[in-house]
Amino acid sequence: MKRRTALKFAAALALTTSLATGAVCAETIKIGAAAPKTGPLAGGAAVSQWPNVTLWAAQVNERGGLNVGGTMMPVEIIEYDDQTNPGETIKAIQRLATQDEVNFIVSPYGTGLVVAAAPIFARYGYPLIAVSAITDQQPALSKQFPDMFFTLGTTSALAEDTVKILTDMREAGQLGNKIAMVNVADAFGIELADVARGKFNEAGFEIVYDSSYPLGTQDLSPVIKGAKAAAPDAYVAWSYPPDTFALTEQAVIEDLQVQAFYTAVATPFPAFGARFGAAANGVMGPGGVNVDDARFQEYAKAHEAVTGAKPDFWASATTYASLEIFEQSIEAVGLDRKAVADHLRTGTFDTVLGPISFDENNNNQAFWTVGQWQDGVFKGVASRNRDGSVPVILKDGWQ
Amino acid sequence: MTGTDIRNLILSAIALGICALLPLSGSGYWLSIGVTIAMFTVLATSWALFSGPTHYISLATAAFFGVGTYVTGLGFETLPFWSLIGIAGVIGAVLAALVGLATLRLSGVYFVIFTLGLAELVRQVITWFQNKSGQKGLYVLTDISEAGIYWMLLSLATAVFLTGWLIGRSRLGFALRIIGDDETVAVHSGINSALSKVLLFMVPGSVAAMTGAILAPRYVYIEPSLAFAPMLSFQVVIMALLGGAGRLWGPLVGVIPFTLLWESISSNFPQQTTLLLGVAFLIIVYALPRGFVGLLDDLRHRTRARMAEGVA
Repeated sequence: MKRRTALKFAAALALTTSLATGAVCAETIKIGAAAPKTGPLAGGAAVSQWPNVTLWAAQVNERGGLNVGGTMMPVEIIEYDDQTNPGETIKAIQRLATQDEVNFIVSPYGTGLVVAAAPIFARYGYPLIAVSAITDQQPALSKQFPDMFFTLGTTSALAEDTVKILTDMREAGQLGNKIAMVNVADAFGIELADVARGKFNEAGFEIVYDSSYPLGTQDLSPVIKGAKAAAPDAYVAWSYPPDTFALTEQAVIEDLQVQAFYTAVATPFPAFGARFGAAANGVMGPGGVNVDDARFQEYAKAHEAVTGAKPDFWASATTYASLEIFEQSIEAVGLDRKAVADHLRTGTFDTVLGPISFDENNNNQAFWTVGQWQDGVFKGVASRNRDGSVPVILKDGWQ
Repeated sequence: MTGTDIRNLILSAIALGICALLPLSGSGYWLSIGVTIAMFTVLATSWALFSGPTHYISLATAAFFGVGTYVTGLGFETLPFWSLIGIAGVIGAVLAALVGLATLRLSGVYFVIFTLGLAELVRQVITWFQNKSGQKGLYVLTDISEAGIYWMLLSLATAVFLTGWLIGRSRLGFALRIIGDDETVAVHSGINSALSKVLLFMVPGSVAAMTGAILAPRYVYIEPSLAFAPMLSFQVVIMALLGGAGRLWGPLVGVIPFTLLWESISSNFPQQTTLLLGVAFLIIVYALPRGFVGLLDDLRHRTRARMAEGVA
């Protein structure tokens, strides 16, 4: 008899638990995310992408969830590793849309992977708020994929504003006329160098050293020695993460004396400041943020508390802002994806970066373009339509 | 043509017809897995056509594949899509012939290393060209659907199987089996071994380039590091060997379980994908040294032996 009661009890318990979990499931908003956890872009995604997904979900659930038509619904994140392989990104997004039937999907990471996934987002009607996809092809892409939005800016703007900063420094009498420029011979580096070369010539600079090196080059001392021999006033490198570190390292060793020193991708990473300490002072790079803004400081604090790591000074906050945009849009119009996409087109969103809205090409017109390490933080020194940029300082040696 | 041949052809045609219906199921998820299976079937089967009989391990698949994607990337705005597939096939074959002439006199590990380097070489040449011209990554924006890509790959797979079947019955196929068993004997029997190998090497080269051309619209964005990812070459070799490179249908029985295994690992263990794939490789190598074909052969022999015992 006892055993039977126990069995009944167990059955009843199982039934109620399954009902209870069923009820919870029905009230959860499922958010999909596919980005590199392995492969060449895993390092970058581990800094700028994944911690923000974790942070945002933790914060939303701490508040009790998103308010959808008066009901508080917690979010559930479903993550996949795309192995930095576009074929895997396509499969993972496909899986999220059709197998997991998630409500919304966070943008993948890296231009090639985001764009490869865009047709799948479009086919299943998921709005795509791209972050780490910097391109000048926004008009063509948003025409082909009407629900694809861009947040981090354009290639041209990054290169143009860097030239502009140097031009301003020259006009102010802080900088001479000689530029040394190098680029990594890979897509993004080539694209940036191409735009910058034209703009430097237009601005009347003399490019005394113009060179490139293959992706994955270990020994970059020739690139710095060659530039040093040309005695430039400013040094600009359109580099990728490993070479950003290696070039700066060589510049320290060779004691390259310039008034302006710029390296590209990964310069705004906290690891860069940690690696070079005081020597990083004055180094410029792409991106930047308004570090004195209270909202950014609050965000950086929460980022460190929840994920144990500091955010970077460029894409991190933008990735977080892309999730805030989803959040505000869902709370405004509900879980209908078409309605959210239409809302994204017309609305203005209050984010950690300040207000964000999208123009007729689905492009966010307000973004940071150049930043500079100043006293241990990477501050924005140039932007398009953003407040809070600080004056640029001269590079003063490597101590 | 014997009765068995005809029966096999009819069965293959029926199987092909069933596969062709997949896009009509309306499941985009299974279609995307179907595209992956079709792509690796084409690549692994054509790879095994050359590497099966000759025992040369080629790691050049990514090189030809990347060249194919660039043909589509550069030409899709000016030329009709079908002609690009043809052009990619021709370029792939010519490239394979050049590589074959230069390297197929090498044997063993030298050939493997050269083919691995080839993808890197082509990639660097394209990068160098882009760096000189300031040209950017290519966007292939078309309205070719995934179903269209699937059907094109399926047609290509059919062509590969027919080619393989014809080669197997031809003098070339016979010559290659002799070369694979003992090249010295083959040369002494009057076989032009270098020519035979070069001719056959053109098949996987051409097919991989066509596959790349077909898949470029699926990837949308083409840049050297994605188009020439060396991982592809290794995946093809692993799948072909898992199936068994000695039979025409061998790679197919490797591709299907491997793709499904990869998919289930990727979806169920997103944090440990690479680790579990490594473990899966180890198990495959230890448990199935001769691939699924070897396993099936063993089973067949055992049943036959048991039946013989029963009769005795």
